[in-house]
Order: sequence, then C-alpha cells, then structure tokens
Amino acid sequence: MPMINVDGQEIEVKKGENILEACLNAGLDLPYFCWHPSMGSIGSCRQCALVQYQNEEDTRGRIVMGCMTPASDGARFSLKAENATQFREAVVESLMLNHPHDCPVCAEGGECHLQDMTVMVGHRDRRYTGKKNTYRNQYLGPLIHHEMNRCIACYRCERYYRDYAGGKDLGAQASHDHLYFGRHEEGILESEFSGNLVEVCPTGVFTDKPFLKQYSRKWDLQSAPSICQGCAVGCNIAPGERYGKVKRVHNRYNHDVNGYFICDRGRFGSGYLNSDLRLDYAGIKNPDGSFFAVHQQQALNTAADWMAGKKVAAIGSPRASLEANYLLRELVGSKNFAPGFSDQEADLMDSIANILQTSMSINPSVKQIETADAILILGEDVTNTAPRVALALRQSVRNKAFELAEQMGLPPWQDAAIRNLAQDQRSPMTIVSAMNTRLDDVASACVSLAPDDIAAFGHAVAAALVGEITNNPQADAAAQMLKMAKNPLIVSGSSMAHQGVINSAAAVADALSQTTSMLSFCVPECNSLGLAMMVADGASSHLKALVKRAAKIDALIVLENDLYRRGDKALIDQLLAGGAKVITLDMYENGTLDQSDLVMAAASYAESQGTLVSSEGRAQRFYPVQSPASERLPSWEWLLRLAKATEHKKLSKIENFDQIVTACAKSSPLFTKLVDVAPLNSFRDRGSKIPRQTHRYSGRTAMNSGVSVHEPQQAQDHESPLSFSMEGLNRDQPASLTPFVWAPGWNSNQSLQKFQSEVDGPLKGGSSGVRLISSSQTGADISSQITQISLKPHQWHLVPMEQVHGSDELSAHTEEISELAGRGFIAIGKKVAEKLAVTEGDGLLVKQDDIECSLEVRILSRVAKNCIGYSAGYAEARGLVAGRLVSLQVDKTWQRSGPEMIASDKAAFQPVVGDGGTRNV
Amino acid sequence: MLSELRTMWEVLKHTFTKAETVQYPEEMPYLAPRYRGRIVLTRDPDGEERCVACNLCAAVCPVDCIALQKDTREDGTWYPEFFRINFSRCIMCGMCEEACPTYAIQLTPDFEMCEYDRQNMVYEKEHLLINGVGKYPDYNFYRVSGMKTASKDKGEALNEARPIDTKSLLP
Repeated sequence: MPMINVDGQEIEVKKGENILEACLNAGLDLPYFCWHPSMGSIGSCRQCALVQYQNEEDTRGRIVMGCMTPASDGARFSLKAENATQFREAVVESLMLNHPHDCPVCAEGGECHLQDMTVMVGHRDRRYTGKKNTYRNQYLGPLIHHEMNRCIACYRCERYYRDYAGGKDLGAQASHDHLYFGRHEEGILESEFSGNLVEVCPTGVFTDKPFLKQYSRKWDLQSAPSICQGCAVGCNIAPGERYGKVKRVHNRYNHDVNGYFICDRGRFGSGYLNSDLRLDYAGIKNPDGSFFAVHQQQALNTAADWMAGKKVAAIGSPRASLEANYLLRELVGSKNFAPGFSDQEADLMDSIANILQTSMSINPSVKQIETADAILILGEDVTNTAPRVALALRQSVRNKAFELAEQMGLPPWQDAAIRNLAQDQRSPMTIVSAMNTRLDDVASACVSLAPDDIAAFGHAVAAALVGEITNNPQADAAAQMLKMAKNPLIVSGSSMAHQGVINSAAAVADALSQTTSMLSFCVPECNSLGLAMMVADGASSHLKALVKRAAKIDALIVLENDLYRRGDKALIDQLLAGGAKVITLDMYENGTLDQSDLVMAAASYAESQGTLVSSEGRAQRFYPVQSPASERLPSWEWLLRLAKATEHKKLSKIENFDQIVTACAKSSPLFTKLVDVAPLNSFRDRGSKIPRQTHRYSGRTAMNSGVSVHEPQQAQDHESPLSFSMEGLNRDQPASLTPFVWAPGWNSNQSLQKFQSEVDGPLKGGSSGVRLISSSQTGADISSQITQISLKPHQWHLVPMEQVHGSDELSAHTEEISELAGRGFIAIGKKVAEKLAVTEGDGLLVKQDDIECSLEVRILSRVAKNCIGYSAGYAEARGLVAGRLVSLQVDKTWQRSGPEMIASDKAAFQPVVGDGGTRNV
Repeated sequence: MLSELRTMWEVLKHTFTKAETVQYPEEMPYLAPRYRGRIVLTRDPDGEERCVACNLCAAVCPVDCIALQKDTREDGTWYPEFFRINFSRCIMCGMCEEACPTYAIQLTPDFEMCEYDRQNMVYEKEHLLINGVGKYPDYNFYRVSGMKTASKDKGEALNEARPIDTKSLLP
C-alpha cells in the first residue's frame, strides 16, 4: 500500500486514489465542491487546495488541487499550511462575492454544502463592496425550483444531468462570471432523474419544489430507513416527516443498490401519503353503499363473525409487505390464497422466479449492472420500468471509456480527460424493443420488433451463441457482442407481458454459460418477486380460479390490492358481488374498496414496517417514519389481530413482528435468510435505540401545544430498534438502521462520506439487505415455443408502455406526478398516423373486445411493424390487455389539450398583505 | 477576628440605606425599553410580516418552545403559516431574538404573563404580531435578499446589479 504524508501524519492510501479521497478516507476535513464520488474530478472549483512538497527539505511547496493529484507513494502534503488555508478561504470569499443574502428563505439552508464549507474555511466578512450579479430564474416543471442567483459555478448540475444521467435539456450557458445553468427556454425538465439535482447541487440553485410548499428544515425532519415502493428495484430512501406529514423523500445510500441517486418517481411520488383520500377509520358498509366508521375492535369482531366456520378466501398483493402476505396466506390456508397478480402477471412472475433460481447467470445488483461491458435488452424500456437500473446502464456503457483510460494509464476519476479520450466510444448495447426506449441514445444497435419476434430474436441469439446458423445477421451481431464481453448482461422483464420474451432472455443467458454473465429482470411492483417466491410451491390459487369458485366463498379478504387494475371488470365484479362478504385492507380509496362490505384502514409504508424483495432478489426492511395516524394499523397488525379474533391455531401464538419474520423464514426454503435482513427489535446501540430525530429537532414543547399545553408522551415504537426520539446515537450502526446522515461540521448530505467505510464504498455498518436468490448450476428449464398471433387488416398488436410518471398505482395520486403523466395515450408510428390522418395530440378510439378507450395520439419515430403502444396503468387505458388485438378509429369528439401553462418569472404578481395584528404591545 | 468584625460592620451599615425591595405589584419597577421579556413579531416598514419562517428561532430555543410552519405567498416570499410559542416553557433567554435574521422577533419589557389556565400561555401568531417595526425602523429583509418579490424585480435589491443577459457577447 502506498503511503503519503499529510502534515506529518503517515496515511495509507489505495492505489489510484487522489489526494482528496485519501484525505477524506483518513477522516481529514478537506473542503470541496465540484468533486463527487460517482462523477470524479474536474478541478473546477479550486476548493480542495493543499500544499505539496518535493521532499523533506522542501519548506515552500506548491499549491495543488487535491482532487486532481494522484496519491503516489511517499508524497508529502500539508492541509494546514498557511498558504493552503488562505487559498481555500480566498476561494470561498470569491464564490461568495455574488452569493445572495437569502439563506433564511433558501430551502437548502441547514443542509447546505456551501454553508458548511464557508464555515470550514473560516470565511466571514464580505470585503468586496461592489454590486452582486443577479440572474433570472426559469420554470423547470413541477418538481424542481430554480434560483440561479445562488450558483457558485461548480458545474456539478451539468455534469450530473448531461454526463451522468444522459439528459439533454440542461446545460451551462454564457461565460466567465455570467455563467448560467438552465434550459435553453423555460419548460419541464425531461430527465426522469432530475430530482437528484437537489442533492447534487452544493447550494440552493435546484431545490425540491413539492417540499418547498410544505417546507421544514432538515434538522426538524423525523426520518427512518425505508425502501421505495415505486418499482421493484428496491432503492433505499429516507422519507422525512414533520407535523404528521411526509414532507420529502431523500436518497439513502446503499452501495449495492441505488448509491447516491434515485429516480423522480421515488423522490416525488410519495405525495399521495398526505392525501385526504387516505382512509383514517375502519368502516362497515351501510345498505345505501356508504360506509360508517367503526372502532378497530368492532371491525375485527365483525370480520371474525363473518369468517367463523365459513369458507374464506384471500387475495394478497405485490405492493404489500412479505409479512402481511404471509399472515394472510396462513390465515386462510394456501389453497384459498391467491397472490393478487393478474392471470397474465402470475404466469410471468412464476417463470421469472423460476428462471432466477435455476439460471446459471448472476442476477446482478444495480452496482454489478454498472460493471457490464456488453448489454442486450430484450423488450424492456428500462428507464420506465426500472428507472434506477437504466441509470446504471448509462454508466455501464462507459466501461469502454474506462478500458481506454486504463490503457493510457489514466485513473478512473480523471473525468474530463476520460470523456475527451473516449468521445463517442461506448460499450455495446443492443436494444430489441417494439417502440422507442429512453436508452436508445446510448445504444449501439436498436432493433424494432413485435413481442413475438423479440422472443424469436432472443432465441436466435442463443442459437448463434452455441454456434448454430441463424440467418439473422442482427442476432449474430448481438451474439458476437455478448461473446466478446467479460461481463455480458441481458436485461428483460415483464412489461411486454410476454412469456416468450422472458424465456428467450433466459435462453441467451444460459447459452453464454459464463460464470460472469448477468441476467436481470424488471418486474412490476415493489414486492412482486417476493410474492412470486412465496407462492412458488404451487399450493396457492389464482385470481381466475377464485372467480370460478366465487359462489362458494363466504368471505373474501383483499389485502392492499385494487383488483380492477388486475383483471377484467366483469370478472372482478363477479368475484366481489358473488355473495361473499368482502373485507378489504387498504390505505387509499379505489374501486375494490367501494365494492367491499368492511374496510380496514391500512397504514402506508411510512407508517409501518415490512420486508420487500426487489427484482434482484434482495430482501430489505422498511421502517415507519411516523406512527400510524388516526385508527390506521399496519396490514400485518390488522391480520395478526384478526388471527387472534378468529382464534387461529398457529398465528395466535405470534406476539410481535420479529416472530412473524421468523415464522415466514421457516415457511419456505427460499426465505431462510429473511431473519438476517435487519437486526431484531431488541437491538440496542450503546444501550439506546437508534433515534429518528436529529439532535437539533426543534419545537418539542410547542408542536402539540396548540391542541393541549400538556405534553403527551413521545410515540413509542415497540416493534423496531428505532425510536421516535432524539436520544441515542446515529453512528456506526448496521446500515439498514441509518435514518439520516449528519456529522459535526457536515450538515449537508455530503456528510455521507463520514458514514462510508471508504469514499464510494459501502457504509460502515455493512451492506443493507440480504439476497435470497443465488445463481444455480443447473440452468433454466425453458421452452422455446412461441405462438405467433395472426393479424387481420386494421388490427394491431397492443404493446404496453410503462411510464415513470403515471403507470404506478399509488404515486399517480401525487399531484405533481399526475401533472407530468398527462393524459392516457396511444403511441403509433408515422405511417399509421398518416393512414389514419391524425397528428400528435389528436384522439383515437381504441377497441379491444368489448372495451373502448379514448386516448391521445403520440407519434413515435421507431415502432415495430403492426404494433401500437398504450400508456399502461393509466386510468384512461383501464381494461386494455397487452398482447390482444385492437382496432383503431379516429375519435371525433376528442378535445385537444390546451397549450402548456408556464408560470414564468415575468408573470405579474399580486401583492399579498399579511394578516392584521390583533394584539398590540 | 478582624474580618468578622468588618463583616458585621458592613451588614449593620445597610440598616441605614434605602431598601431595594419594592412592593410589587403595587409599586412597579422601572424596566428599560430593551428589557428582555416576552417576544413579539414585528412588521417591516411596508407593513408586511417580517418573519420569513426560517426556523432559526425554533432551532436555537433551548427549551424547544417555538414551533412554526413555513408557507409561501404568491410572489414566492416566505411567511409562517402558524407561529406558536409555548410561554409556559419559555425561559426568556432571548436567543430567538439573537438568531432572528430579519429582526422579526423582538423582546419586550412585558414579562407579567400569569394565567389561571396554562393553555392560555400558548401564543399563536395572531397574539404575537404587532403593527409596528419595533426597534429597527428601517430594516426590510426582502430589500436585501436576492429573491424576486412582488415589490422588487431581480437585481433591484440593495447592492445588486441588473440581471445578466446570458445571450450577450459583451465581457
């Protein structure tokens, strides 16, 4: 190991590190702005200056930038040398020349990297008396607030948005001290990852707009370690709560999964948690169809009455925790339990779970995906189905650049040099899809095929890999690409709703038969895979089977599932109106809930704890940020109480959450590792639980005093090793119990480096989550049969197009997300548009069997022959089933939506006068 | 011995001085206008609430007796949706006044806040807000901050240059 000397202290460094990283690893506070562990160094802010000496005799030394200087053995540096400290102070002083006087009204205040660095270098007074530069702000959409005056020109936003996330519409403009970061004109930021600008910007130029509406300072937020429920990637998040509302969601670092970044659905899609449409009380249906609120125990007693000695069936949910699903399955028995997938989804999930267990390939973590050097994507628009994975794929195509850099002897953090060296050279990525995907811009080849043909293409690639002749040059090229690679990756998923596509991906992975080949599936919901693993024993029922038995069921329990999103309206009506008493546990009003006889108000993910299994097969625990409001209870608790009320033999013995986990772990060999997912409830750090509140948490004796001046006892958490308190330490605990990051002198999210074992490494508390699935030696047993659908004239294949904003059930209830989602759409190619004589924004009537939807036209540049896409998961497209044929017709009654409204800086403001004072002194 | 005698002399000497104790409340002591009693929320010279809901007072409060929630006016300026102080917990240390970056919080000589019902010690914004500027007649935070407000455009705050035209080629 090379050693360097910093102020007389010998520091061991890693080979290829730079001095800034070495100093941070050694726990030294060296200020910086433009460097970011995942984006490397460009040496633009000049903040991490320190003095380098030639040798022991050299007393003058020279100033170098820490982030641009490799840590070579025996090098000598000083952080404390007077010229270094003066230089750093001078840099902040010049950055502050134009920084406005508005920290009190800045949403970054209190977690601002610029504030921290200013204090760290000791700059205090602005000596320059000249005027400050000002800039006009831009409207950047409903998610990001822009305040350009605060900019310190570190270039982090542009480097993140363009270089890292592949955005095209935000960049640097003008020059010298006129530098401006924004769009070429006002408008909504196009990237699905724009929210990370909030965390990347070291000051308050880009701030979280929805959070700004209900703003609280970082120190006032009560946070908990949580898992995003937006999709199946399982990104770690830290929601922050105050006054009973979840105010914002921040990224929570997990080395193996999301790293520093999450997508906009994850960051901004939790607004529904504060909605008025949330259920607060349990209710029993009146004869007139309305519900009257009842006490929890009354609801349980009623449910127990309905269930006693009767035939009870239950439907689980891929968006509920493993524990809740497990309890429900045990409560009614495996045979009477359906996992709550649609029939199509059930088959797909069954085969994905099966393939992942038997395939010889690795099911990669997001971090491993970043190491891929050849990628084949079969039928998936990854950016819309597993956004964080798409961001990782954008990094993996850069492996070519890193390879070239290594040949040149360039260290990987030399960002500008490496980009300059590689230019447009990327690792190969072949995308085979029916429509345009959001990754097309970095793909080396895009192939447009209908779903059946995608499957055939996959099998052709597999055949080419084992040396067969395919007569398909594109498939041969893809096979060649994968064969040449060290870490080939195949990505597919369930969004095509096509069994053949999934099978073909598995066939390609196994044909590669390399130990380093990777196979990743995108699955629909946060716990889809966990649920599929739970019912992998085949003992459980299906939705369709339950519908057939509907007349014989006396009571039906539905867990957090809007069945109308899963299947034909007629079928679901038959099931729910089939005479059975329907008991529903959910948190949000929906169609299924309306058809129920008894509803139990379930707590949201921010109010309960549970385990989710991500598409990687990683089981991760989420914890409540707040205790459940009103009469809500976590689903697992409702079911546990229901088991007690019905005197269920096995479940009545379970007393707490940890015992459910233990029981669930015993229930299947796939779940044995569940007990290791997170520490037990009895875990204590230095005798205390881990605090959810910061040590600066304010207003404890005033928050509730508006209601009563008598202070209530702090909420208790009896089920987890976290407390609703500021007492205890947030330091060095297991990674799965880290609610927020803060370190003395580091108030911003940059304090993360104090929690990491090394720069860009895992947290000190180890890795979070446990992988339940590992690759096997047997190879997947898959059929290569594909049934081709024959088309009549004027008929098309209907291909689902998942959307980051709008397709997810719960996040779509968030105001900002629904604004971005827009209207439900039908995506067609130019030729079809010409044939039908429609343009973008017109309406089309889409007919499928007896379902008719009126959808907006979107015209795509790349569409496979005879295919049209539709906005999957949108209310307007409800009922359309992927894979079945549709016919199109121009909608004559369609009203085009008006031009986009932009709240520009130029808008005339109405001055608002404050409230009148009522009490004078 | 000598020191004991001196002590007795010092004590006995006070028999002939005027008593410091006054018969409160019949006799009111003089309190300087800058006396640090309970807080008020002041307005800026334009009559707007000075408080921008920055939360610094709440953070600095050693007994955590201030709670507030930020809200935004149409022009983007911040103000407290509610501002609550629990005077039954307040120790009148004055740190909130020191922390206040906008001179909104000012201390007054009023300290006589006896109530039969403790709940009446909880003051909301409507109880705290006065129709005046208090000790700082001229200060208006938004005149100094770089933010655009209803009354001033970008570049019109104190010591600010006109907004930069990013399309200009001039140096």
